[in-house]
Amino acid sequence: MKWITRGLNKFYPRLCNTQKFMSSTQYSFVGNPKFHSQSGPLCSGEYEMQDPKTDDEVVNITFIDKGGKRIPVKGKIGDNVMYLAHRYDIELEGACEASLACSTCHVYVHENYFDKLTDPEEEEEDMLDMAPFLKPNSRLGCQIILNKDLEGLEVTLPPITRNFYVDGHVPQPH
Amino acid sequence: MLIKNTQNLTRRLIRNLNRYRRLYCGNSGDFVPHVAVIGSGPAGFYTTQQLLKAHPKLKVDIYEKLPIPFGLVRYGVAPDHPEVKNVINTFTQTAQNERCNFIGNVSIGTDITIKHLQKAYNAIVLSYGADADRKLDIPGENLPNVISARALVGWYNGLPQDRNLEVDLSCDTAVVLGHGNVALDVARILLTPTSTLSKTDISNHALEALSKSNIKKVYVVGRRGPLQVSFTIKELREMINLEDCRTIIEKEDVSFIGSLTEELPRPRKRLTDLLYKTGCNPTDNNLIHWSKAIREWQLKFLLSPTKIVSNNDNRIDSVECVKNRLEGDDILNQKAVSTDETVQIKCGLVLRSIGYKSIPIDDAIPFDQKRGVIPNENGRVTGVTGMYCSGWVGSGPVGVILSTMSDGFNTGKLIVSDMNSGLIPNIQKSGKDGILPILREKGVNVVDFKSWEKINKVEVGKGEEMGKPREKLTDIQQMLDATQEKS
Repeated sequence: MKWITRGLNKFYPRLCNTQKFMSSTQYSFVGNPKFHSQSGPLCSGEYEMQDPKTDDEVVNITFIDKGGKRIPVKGKIGDNVMYLAHRYDIELEGACEASLACSTCHVYVHENYFDKLTDPEEEEEDMLDMAPFLKPNSRLGCQIILNKDLEGLEVTLPPITRNFYVDGHVPQPH
Repeated sequence: MLIKNTQNLTRRLIRNLNRYRRLYCGNSGDFVPHVAVIGSGPAGFYTTQQLLKAHPKLKVDIYEKLPIPFGLVRYGVAPDHPEVKNVINTFTQTAQNERCNFIGNVSIGTDITIKHLQKAYNAIVLSYGADADRKLDIPGENLPNVISARALVGWYNGLPQDRNLEVDLSCDTAVVLGHGNVALDVARILLTPTSTLSKTDISNHALEALSKSNIKKVYVVGRRGPLQVSFTIKELREMINLEDCRTIIEKEDVSFIGSLTEELPRPRKRLTDLLYKTGCNPTDNNLIHWSKAIREWQLKFLLSPTKIVSNNDNRIDSVECVKNRLEGDDILNQKAVSTDETVQIKCGLVLRSIGYKSIPIDDAIPFDQKRGVIPNENGRVTGVTGMYCSGWVGSGPVGVILSTMSDGFNTGKLIVSDMNSGLIPNIQKSGKDGILPILREKGVNVVDFKSWEKINKVEVGKGEEMGKPREKLTDIQQMLDATQEKS
């Protein structure tokens, strides 16, 4: 199961299958006890559902959605930005659940914070290559884990537009 | 001035009219729009997710030809890429939404027609993907062991229609024609040690055949050069790092790209860098890894197959290719032009992976035979009100799951906006209640999502016994039997 745990352990040690998703449909990971535990490590996205216990833990960040709307969010140390977005219904997908197998949580990080993030791993860079509207400040939301240095972080969601047009049709601006 | 005022007035009138329509017939009334989605792969599920989100009352019925959902996530994604299949968790959540129904084991065009669906639904979304593969149209293509890579993928992933594919792995060399990710997927599966594959959800019949395979060498052959490959960097890197397997990229094929990479867009630059380094300047780790290899794969460029040559007993002897040169100013988009020179590649298995196309399923759906897609404008099927398409059936088979996701979200939003603007008439329709009785009368054994969950349980149970995540049922009747089991 090396290829399963490789991405997960390294980048998101708390990850295990979310019971609410998997109660009736255990899909790929049955057979690996790590993904079965009822107690123990928190499941994907569950940690982000907990409120900060103390003010010291709080990391305030702002999402800027596809329409340019600013959405301030009170996160905490250790939160994964992708799952935090899910908690607040922000339109950021996470198809592969933080296992570095897709680029559906692509975001732009404000330049003041970009250098404060840990450098992307090769796997993340490979996935970013697949993201449309790639910019120098692009990252995968699932690889950004909050810490106190990131207080005030701003992440912007990329535009989604149709990628393909039949017969080379180019959309006219409205 | 007068004209401008009149225009403004008209525009305002239309806006108000739409507002009233929305108010009295739309979201806030008792009106419940029904949408039929055809196909339960990523395109179908992402469109459904958006439809349910964008409209508080709208109901979606997802029709699927097979008794089981998830399309290419289950039958296309390679068994050694389980993390890509995590998306099934999100799809499952969508399917469990009370405004969503999965209606499996129903073939559109035969069990039920589009005309039936048009009567029962306000909108129809075609998201049935690209099922058919493009052919080479060269002599020898119909020889035994000349196989579509798509069929081989279906075979090792347990797709019922490909379960009994006849593939002879007793030869030592295979040729994969094509430079896309499917080409690298099949090459990788042929070259991965079966001790590794046995821990995946690869189908047992394929695992058994692969464990007896003699294949030691796979050529991956493309008609253009290293700057035009379609596979992506992750898949190339996997091949370079594949257990017990050596990568061969000839220096003379890639040496010229070293100086070009700086001008390229980032994804192409990183991919080209990796091709260049692997061919011209491999790392010490690469060299150590490759020196211990017992299998190998080789990337071949600028070759177009012209004939598959057989020997006397009707077995493949070799692939005959013509050498190409590239023409055109745009280095990333040059065309292959054939020369007089030919080469022969000895092999015993040929896998064709040169592209896919969709097929027409019902006469009521317009279809572009030449391009193998449904003609559409931004997802609205050309000339048919209330009919939409999403994913590969409308775009052609390109892009990663993110592209299909964006496409699905856009189509979902477009449908709800067309409902709100009145482009789709707000007439109360029956949804599945108008369809299920017809299917019942025809004796079609409909599989709902709860029944799929029973199949799922049986598969996971079988997998547990074999020490793998799941063993897929590969026979439709077996699947239907599993739905009868007590939960």
